[in-house]
Amino acid sequence: MKYYAEIINENGNIAVDDTILVKDYLSSAGSKILDGYKPLFSAEAVERLENKGYSISGKTNVGEFALDLVGEFSYYNDIKDGDTLKGAASELVKQGKVKAALGVDMNGATRRAAALSDVSFLKPTYGTVSRYGVISCAASGEQLGVYANSADDIAEIMSVIAGNDKKDGTSLPEISYTYNTNEDVNGKKVCIVKELFDKADENTKAKITAFADALKAQNVLVEEISIDIFEVANTAWQILMTAETCNNVSRYDGVKYGHRSENYKNIDELYVNSRTEGFNFLTKAVILYGSEMLSKSRYADCYDKALKVRRVVSDVMNTLFEKYDAILTPVCSKCEYTSYDIKDAFTKVFEESVFTAVPNLIGIPALSTNSVQLMSKAFCESTLLSLAKAVERKGE
Amino acid sequence: MNFELVIGLETHVELNTESKIFCSCGGHSSPKEPNDCVCPACCGMPGMLPVMNKRVVELAATAGLMLNCEINRYTTFDKKNYYYPDLPCAYQITQLNHPICVNGCVKVKTSNGERDIRIKQIHMEEDAGKLVHSSSSSFVDFNRTSVPLIEIVTQPDFRSAEEVVTYLGKLKSMFVSSGISECEEGAMRCDVNISVREEGAEEFGVRTEIKNMSSFEAIERAIKYEAQRHMDAIEFSTEELVQETRRFDDVSGKTFAMRNKETEADYRYFPDPNLMPIVIDDEWLEQIKANKPVALDEKAEEYLAQGISDKEIAMLLSEHKIAKLLDEVVALGCNAKDAAAWILTDCAGILRKAGLKLKDLSIKAESLSYLIKLVESSKLNRGAAKKALIAAIENGADIEKFVEDNGFLKEIDDSFIEAVIEKAIESNPQAVADYKAGKEKALMAIFGACMKELKGSGDPAVIRTKLAEKLNG
Repeated sequence: MKYYAEIINENGNIAVDDTILVKDYLSSAGSKILDGYKPLFSAEAVERLENKGYSISGKTNVGEFALDLVGEFSYYNDIKDGDTLKGAASELVKQGKVKAALGVDMNGATRRAAALSDVSFLKPTYGTVSRYGVISCAASGEQLGVYANSADDIAEIMSVIAGNDKKDGTSLPEISYTYNTNEDVNGKKVCIVKELFDKADENTKAKITAFADALKAQNVLVEEISIDIFEVANTAWQILMTAETCNNVSRYDGVKYGHRSENYKNIDELYVNSRTEGFNFLTKAVILYGSEMLSKSRYADCYDKALKVRRVVSDVMNTLFEKYDAILTPVCSKCEYTSYDIKDAFTKVFEESVFTAVPNLIGIPALSTNSVQLMSKAFCESTLLSLAKAVERKGE
Repeated sequence: MNFELVIGLETHVELNTESKIFCSCGGHSSPKEPNDCVCPACCGMPGMLPVMNKRVVELAATAGLMLNCEINRYTTFDKKNYYYPDLPCAYQITQLNHPICVNGCVKVKTSNGERDIRIKQIHMEEDAGKLVHSSSSSFVDFNRTSVPLIEIVTQPDFRSAEEVVTYLGKLKSMFVSSGISECEEGAMRCDVNISVREEGAEEFGVRTEIKNMSSFEAIERAIKYEAQRHMDAIEFSTEELVQETRRFDDVSGKTFAMRNKETEADYRYFPDPNLMPIVIDDEWLEQIKANKPVALDEKAEEYLAQGISDKEIAMLLSEHKIAKLLDEVVALGCNAKDAAAWILTDCAGILRKAGLKLKDLSIKAESLSYLIKLVESSKLNRGAAKKALIAAIENGADIEKFVEDNGFLKEIDDSFIEAVIEKAIESNPQAVADYKAGKEKALMAIFGACMKELKGSGDPAVIRTKLAEKLNG
């Protein structure tokens, strides 16, 4: 597979995915519609890393606007029928080519990619890492996060990139955050959500059980609970995500930059043909779905209701976090994906997102590690990293 | 049939801020070239995020206070989706559900008496860019994108074109005088909603909207044309009225229906997740209230009480900068009525001769009050003061220095004046003879010689009396 859409420095130690801007280097979010686009500025996270002496290796391939499972539908990818699907950034990290990679978690693709490559990815609390310089799709839930092989490496990179940025109106006021991996896990409480556990295949269930056992060995209390909110939360997030994406990609019209069709006689044809040629099938499906969610006839029943569901889910989860330090769930239903037809992508992604949607919907952190997922209440990334570290230690 | 006009107005006003509404681009009020006041944010490039300009909130709230609105303490932004090449993101950030100001009221006085026009709401939004067409292609200029606007929406309370124009004039002088907007050509644009009904009827007639007009004259003509069209349709069934959006053609003086495509769009509004709700707390609101300029009506009364004439008040209220200068000069201890005359008669006259306008006056309040006080205390005569003003206005001279350099302020005692008068009498024997023979006018020649010698110092009235005494004595 092709890991990089654009190589910047072969000796660089941090890879960034193609939805994150690096000044003067091609940045296209895996889409033909942004083919040839070179940004005039770098993402805030990239700047902060460079200022601390890290070096960016290049732009890793992502699925068009990160809407797919793990990055299979990039315009710049060369995946063939029957290939096993892997994420580009997660594989580079797995192979030790880079110390860490930045990815944008919008609909779980980064967390799934980490699970399939057996590395870790932290999607931090919404508002802690600046989204300035991220090719935005679902502004209300996307968040820049970190892939690495260890909890310590994630904590190190997060400590550099997190903190207030005046260029992002959703950035929280805290100037900086510290992340550590040495919280005492003894006596921490973790729950496994039955409804999500049951959706996973046997291999995945085995991973969850193994992770739970490793936690128990460190005196973490692990319980199974039943809570029926993930399906509705996923539906709500898919409504918000598709609507916001439809709106955010509407600026790609062939007028200003990126792909412009050669076939047009007037402005309407310029729009229609550029967008028809520039977006892949999945993005088009998302645009149509999202556009419908915002239409006059659907807004009250779909979009507005999804906003209300977001508040309810937030309340339910916060109540749960009064009792538990973290929730343990699958990241995806299985441990391996093979390539499939893009016309099935919308449904497949929708189904798999049931595991990943809640953190996007309500802004809480989620850590994909050991092919399982841990979620906590907002700002408790260190708890998640410490739990992961405790399991790492056991494996040593 | 007797008809009644029912009109509601949506007025867009460009706010007078240093930078645009969601980015730090400046200079947009006077761009030199197309696209020279743009950045990745206002060009809609990926990765850029809108960041709220606090000043916009303050100016919008100030406008609301001046129009007697309630200020919403919780105000949010929404995205309005539509495709047009001058709209770089293909959406406009505006306010739909929680506008910053609601429920205001303005008094409008016309030949039909004074009536209340209710303000439904005022919301903040960004402007779009503009297209420039050549014969073969079209170009986009983004200088105007994201320039902050407020849209003031009235209830359908106007009953005549005269009321509409009076209201707009009032808004304009209010906003200009308070620095909220320059209201220059094109910076104030109107959409007019108009319907006609039989006098006394409760039900509204079919409503049409005439979009995007900026000259008051065009607005008045458009309303009159459109009202007549409605009345003809109702009374003589000339056509069937439909609810639609129309544009006014300045040349033919007629309105035309716009294409349906442009009017029946579903804008797919939704809350903008990139902009957090703005909460205006008590402290901030108090600050905005404290900085709010005195309302126009109150200001006019204040000037009237200071003895300033109606004509002068009208001039002051239409030139905020000049009103401010007067207020400053008065604050420095000058008499308001005199100061107003100095500014609105003397300075205005000099400016006019120099081909300049009142708003071009750039004399500092300190300099002007220095001059006025010298004249008040008879240390300088009006003529010399005027020379100093001319030098300052025409050549940018420093007033204090000019007065010094020309020796206008030479300390003069009575004996010096006596000597000057003696000398003038001696060197103008003919004039003296003429005067003594009864030609009153001849006195002016000798007086002039005195003044020339004194280079403008000394009180002319005193000198004249002394001169007359000497000649008569």
